[in-house]
Amino acid sequence: MDIGQGLRKRTLELTSIATAIVIWEIVARIIDIKYILPSFTSVVSAFIELVLEGELYRDILTSLNYFVIGIGLAILVGMPIGTLMGWFKSIDRAVDPIIEMIRPIPPLAWITFAIMWFGLTQYAAGFVIFIGAVFPIIINTYTGFKNTPRVLVESGKVLGCVNNIDIIYRIALPFALPSIATGIRVGMGVGWMCVVAAELFAVSKYGLGWKIWFWNDLHHMDLVLTYMLVLGMIALIIDRVFRHIVQEWWLKWQSGVVV
Amino acid sequence: MLSIKNINKTYHSEEGDEVLALSDINLEMKDKEFVCFIGPSGCGKTTMLRIIAGLEKPDSGTITVHGEPIKGPGPDRGMVFQEYSLFPWRTVLKNITFSLEMKKIPKGQREDIARRHLELVGLSKFADSYPHELSGGMKQRVAIARALVNDPKVLLMDEPFGAVDAQTRNRLQQELLKIWERDKKTLLFITHSVDEAVYLADRVVVFTSRPGRIKEIFKIDLPRPRDRTSVDANTCRESLLSSLGAEINNAID
Ligand SMILES: Nc1ncnc2c1ncn2[C@@H]1O[C@H](COP(=O)(O)OP(=O)(O)OP(=O)(O)O)[C@@H](O)[C@H]1O
Ligand SMILES: [Mg+2]
Repeated sequence: MDIGQGLRKRTLELTSIATAIVIWEIVARIIDIKYILPSFTSVVSAFIELVLEGELYRDILTSLNYFVIGIGLAILVGMPIGTLMGWFKSIDRAVDPIIEMIRPIPPLAWITFAIMWFGLTQYAAGFVIFIGAVFPIIINTYTGFKNTPRVLVESGKVLGCVNNIDIIYRIALPFALPSIATGIRVGMGVGWMCVVAAELFAVSKYGLGWKIWFWNDLHHMDLVLTYMLVLGMIALIIDRVFRHIVQEWWLKWQSGVVV
Repeated sequence: MLSIKNINKTYHSEEGDEVLALSDINLEMKDKEFVCFIGPSGCGKTTMLRIIAGLEKPDSGTITVHGEPIKGPGPDRGMVFQEYSLFPWRTVLKNITFSLEMKKIPKGQREDIARRHLELVGLSKFADSYPHELSGGMKQRVAIARALVNDPKVLLMDEPFGAVDAQTRNRLQQELLKIWERDKKTLLFITHSVDEAVYLADRVVVFTSRPGRIKEIFKIDLPRPRDRTSVDANTCRESLLSSLGAEINNAID
């Protein structure tokens, strides 16, 4: 498939985006107050400037750094907890009430404690993202393990895979992977939303979230909007890349789209 | 070689109801014998097989293989389940190598062994396919190869051809007989089909409806290779059918 053909297939999507941009530009020009709605063109020029200065690049890296800390920790903690809860009934019964108590607390409510515990560091921001991401990972890992078909476990046993660790590692875990992938994907979505809030407290001079507050205080709404759009784009890219990796490497064995 | 003595099994549901699944089962199987279990649905055939496989404990009674009492699943007994049981995340070849991995046999060697078994069930071309790419009959053939690769003395098969069409089923039966004659396994095979039992078995064990007891044991003395349409086969089918009773008539395809 050449590019021309690809574009033609996407005609509807492209027309839709183009129309939205044109309407945006027209409305912005009619209103003509850039604090209320900066125009598309002003956002584009702000974006280009940020890229050329190299500023945007550092902001992205800073935010991604918090994100990786938070998500990495959420996977490291969430997967084992979900696994143990999904596999051992008594652990499930013991841990579940605690999780159900903590889970409904909005991640942002943890910010003050995060700063108390970790100071104004990357780890404070990472912690808030961790809180946002860890529960979807726990719950989806749990579900994946819980749903392991009995016949697969018993097939394993008959074929010489008899102790719990082997069964978890060789049978339940591979079976649960699609569900775990979904959990990580949802967790990353929630975690990315927490980035903006986590950066509210100037843990660094850079960061996509921090810059929104910073430029907001200076009433540079074109830059605020630029950072907002960049936040959205990066979320989209992370999601696409993750999906691709999962589909190509983890879950080749499945038919159709999973996550 | 396989000796089943005084097996009783009751299931307890969570509401406290009791289901007596098996009552006083006794059976002696000779080496390399092909035995079929047949009986009404829910009479405990699967339960009996699961107890032999070591997946379920009987309330009383003992089972021995060559004099050794069984305590749990073991490599001397292979099993092909009623449901599809291939690991969906493994290719056909990797499904078959599973038990060899557990035995820590080196990679090259175990793939050689697996390929030989794949050839045995006629699926060499599908070594790198995933289970969802196979038809039902193919899945069961892979499951058979997967059980055989572990080289069990006893092969337990729970309606392995229950979910495939009649023609495929006939072919699979022939393939199974070929394997059985070649490897000379002791084979315990559950079926709902009188035709299948008469075509395959040395002996057919008829179960009563719940609680499952052994009602009658038929010796099928037809010479092999067998002819489904022969008069003798017909006579065998008829006596089996009348033993099974009218309730079963409907269940036969
Ligand atoms: N885990 C279980 N808990 C409670 N009852 C069970 C359990 N497994 C089986 N039973 C009951 O035991 C009886 C025998 O079941 P089993 O699966 O052995 O029958 P079956 O002869 O294999 O039937 P089918 O021909 O339909 O496969 C049934 O009444 C079933 O409801
Ligand atoms: Mg059954």
